[in-house]
Amino acid sequence: MAQDLDAFRAETREWLEASCPEEMRQPVDGEGDVYWGGRNAEFKNEAQKAWFEACREKGYTVPDWPKEYGGAGLSPAEAKVLRQEMARINARPPLSSFGIWMLGPALLHFGTEGQKQHFLNEIARGEIRWCQGYSEPGSGSDLVSMQTFGEDKGDHWIVNGQKIWTSYADEADWIFCLVRTDKNDKYRGITFMLFDMTNDGVSTKPIKLISGNSPFCETFMDDVKVPKSYGEGIPAYVGEINRGWDVAKYLLGHEREMISGAGNKERSGSLGPKLARNGIDNPVLRAALAEYDIDALAFGCMGEKFLDELKVGKGHPAQPNMMKYAGTELNKQRHELMMSAGGSRALEWESEETSGGTPARSWLRTKANSIEGGTSEVMLNVIAKRILELPGA
Amino acid sequence: MPLYLDEDQQMLADTASEFMAEQGGIEKQLRHWRDKGCKDGFGHGLWEQFAEMGFTGMMVDEDHGGLGMGHAEAGIVLEQIGRNLTPSPFLTSSVMAASALDAASDDLKGRWLPGLVEGKSVFAVAVDEGPKHNPQSIKTRAEKSGNGFKLTGAKTFVVQGASADMLVVAARTSGGDADDDGITLFAVPRDAANMTQDPVRLVDSSMASHITFDGVELDGDAVIGDVDGGRAVLNKMLSAGRAGAASEGVGVAGGAFDMTTEYLKQRKQFGKLIGEFQALQHRAAHVYSELEIARATAIKAAQMLDEDAEKADLIVSVAKAKVGKVARLAVQEGVQMHGGIGMTDEYDIGLFMKRDRALHEFLGDHYFHADRVARLSGY
Repeated sequence: MAQDLDAFRAETREWLEASCPEEMRQPVDGEGDVYWGGRNAEFKNEAQKAWFEACREKGYTVPDWPKEYGGAGLSPAEAKVLRQEMARINARPPLSSFGIWMLGPALLHFGTEGQKQHFLNEIARGEIRWCQGYSEPGSGSDLVSMQTFGEDKGDHWIVNGQKIWTSYADEADWIFCLVRTDKNDKYRGITFMLFDMTNDGVSTKPIKLISGNSPFCETFMDDVKVPKSYGEGIPAYVGEINRGWDVAKYLLGHEREMISGAGNKERSGSLGPKLARNGIDNPVLRAALAEYDIDALAFGCMGEKFLDELKVGKGHPAQPNMMKYAGTELNKQRHELMMSAGGSRALEWESEETSGGTPARSWLRTKANSIEGGTSEVMLNVIAKRILELPGA
Repeated sequence: MPLYLDEDQQMLADTASEFMAEQGGIEKQLRHWRDKGCKDGFGHGLWEQFAEMGFTGMMVDEDHGGLGMGHAEAGIVLEQIGRNLTPSPFLTSSVMAASALDAASDDLKGRWLPGLVEGKSVFAVAVDEGPKHNPQSIKTRAEKSGNGFKLTGAKTFVVQGASADMLVVAARTSGGDADDDGITLFAVPRDAANMTQDPVRLVDSSMASHITFDGVELDGDAVIGDVDGGRAVLNKMLSAGRAGAASEGVGVAGGAFDMTTEYLKQRKQFGKLIGEFQALQHRAAHVYSELEIARATAIKAAQMLDEDAEKADLIVSVAKAKVGKVARLAVQEGVQMHGGIGMTDEYDIGLFMKRDRALHEFLGDHYFHADRVARLSGY
C-alpha cells in the first residue's frame, strides 16, 4: 500500500514536471489568473490553456471523482499525494468552479445516475460555468425565509423571484437555484432546481462592491419556464421535489469548508516569513505577526485534523461551522496585517506596481468572508446549539 | 500519522480518563493535600498508583522497564491530569527527566530509571535562573574538580524541587552566559552536600524551590550525555516539557470549559437559563472553537516530536503559545460566567484559573513562545 503510494508519488511528480508550465507555478495574483471554464471562457495565455487541458485529460480537474464522471478516480490517499505534489511546486488549480466545489459534491451525493453522467462530466471538462442561486433580498443567513416561487404547471414550473449575491451570475451558463414550491412548509417546501441562464425571463445585474469589483450579481426570474426533466433519468431538480433543503444544507457544508480555507496553505500558513523578506524593523509589528502566525499555524493543524477525521467519518457534523467561523476571522486578520506591512504602497487603488490595487481590493474582499455562506454570528449560533447543546439556542 | 487517536491511543485515553477522574480528582487530591498544607503538594500514594497503571515509565524504553511510548501517549495522560488538576510529578519526572536520561550512560540510567518506573522516585528539572523562562542564559557553573565537578549557582522555579530524589541541573562548564556550547546536564541527588532548597507554595498550591548550589561536589558519572555538549539534550528535554505542558493545558482548558457549559445549562437568572442568552452562547462557542484548534495543535506538536520532524520545535512553540492563550481565555470566561460564585474557594472553577496561571509560566509563557516562533521563522 505504502509502496503503491510511493510509486504514485514518483509518477505524479514526473507527470507534473512534464505537464505544468513554469507560468502556472506562481501564486495566483488577482482574478485574471483563475480559469473558470464555461461556454464563453477564454484563456489568459497558452500556459493556462496547456495546463488546463493536461489536467482535463488526466481527470485532474476533479481528481477524486470517479472516472466515469470525468475524474481520475483517485483514492483519498492518492488525492492527498497529488495535492501535496501540486503544492510542492506551487501549481495553480487548473480550473476554478462552483460546479466542482458545490454542485458536484451535491450531485455525487443526491444525484441520479443520469444527472451524474450528464452534469458531472460537463463540470469536469469545464464546459458549463455554474452559479449558485441561494440568497434573496431579505433572506441572507436566514435562507429558509426565501420567497422565489415556482408554480407547478405539470411538466414544468413557472419561476418568479429575485436572487442576490449570485457570484459571477453574469458570466455563468447555468444556475443551481433554490425555489419555493410549497408555501405552507418553511423547510419542506423548497426544490433544488437546475436551469440554463439563457432561458427567457432570466436577467442579471452586477453589484458593485466596496472593493470596486463586481463578483456578485442580482439575478431576476420573470416567468421563467423550468422543465421538470432534461431527458430520460435526468430530472431538472436534485433530490426530491420539496426536499431541496437537505441538498442545500449538504452543499452549504462544502461551501463553508471552502470559505474557511481548511487545508489551503496559501491562507492558513504563516505570514511573517513572507513579509520578513522586506525586513520587519518595527518590534510591535513583528510581535503582531508572530501572534498571527501562531494562530495561523495552529489553525493549519486544525485543518489537517479536520480532513483526517473527515476521511474516517469521525468528528462532529457541525465541525465545518467551527472551521468556517475561525478560518474567516483569521483570513480577515491576515489581510489587515498585509495592509499594515505594505504601508502606503498597499493603499494604491489602481497602480501597475500593485497589479491593479490587489492588496487593497483583496483586503476589502475578505470582509465578506465572515458574512457569506452564513455569518460568523450564525456559525456561533450553530456551534452553541448543535455542539454545545445550550438551551433555547 | 493522522491527527486523531488510533485504537490503542483511544484505549489509553479511556483508561487514563477513568483513572484520573476516580483517583486523581480535585476533591481527593488537589484540595486534600492543599488543605493539609502538604509540603510536597502531591500524594506519593497516587504516584505509586501511576506506576501500577504503567504511566510513570511510559516514555522509558523497554530495556529499562518502561513501555517505550512517545510524546503523543504522554500527552494523552497529561490532558487527563490537566482536566482533573491532578497534582503529580508526571511532567517533570516521566516526561522531562526521562527525556534527558535517554541521553545518559547505562550506569546512570540503571541508577535512576528503576525508581521512576516503580513510582518510588520523583525527579525535578532545574533550568531557570530568574523569574522568566530564559534557558539561553545559564550562569550556574560546574568547574572541573578532581574526577568530578563542583557546582555553583542558583536556580529558580524548580517545580517540586524539594520532593525530588534527583534534579536534572543545567550548568555551564565553559563559554559565556548565553553561548549554545558549554552546557552540561547533571543528575544531582537530593542528599548532595552544599545544596540548599527554599521551597515556596505557588498560586496553584504546587510547590517550587529556589535552589542554591554552593560548591556542590559531583562525581564524573553524574554527567548526563556529553560534557559541554548538553544544549541539544536540554533542548530535547524542554521540547518534551513544552509539548507536555501544552497537552496538560488543553486538559485544564477543557475541564474549565465543560464545567462552564454545564453551569450555563442549570443557572437561572431573569427567569431564564443563562445559557439561553446569546451574549453568553457566542462567547462559549468562541471558546469552543479556539479550544479545538489548540487541541489539534498540541496533538500535532507531540506527533512531530515523535517523528523527529524538521519543524517540530516551531510547532511545539506554536502549541505552547496557542494553548496558553486559549486556556487563559477558557478559565477567565469560566470564572466570569460563573459570576459571584466563581470567586469563591468552594467552587472549583477558580482552581482551574490558578493552575493555568502556573502552567502558562512554566517553560515559557506565550510571549516567550511568540518570540521563538518569529526567530525560528527567520524574522
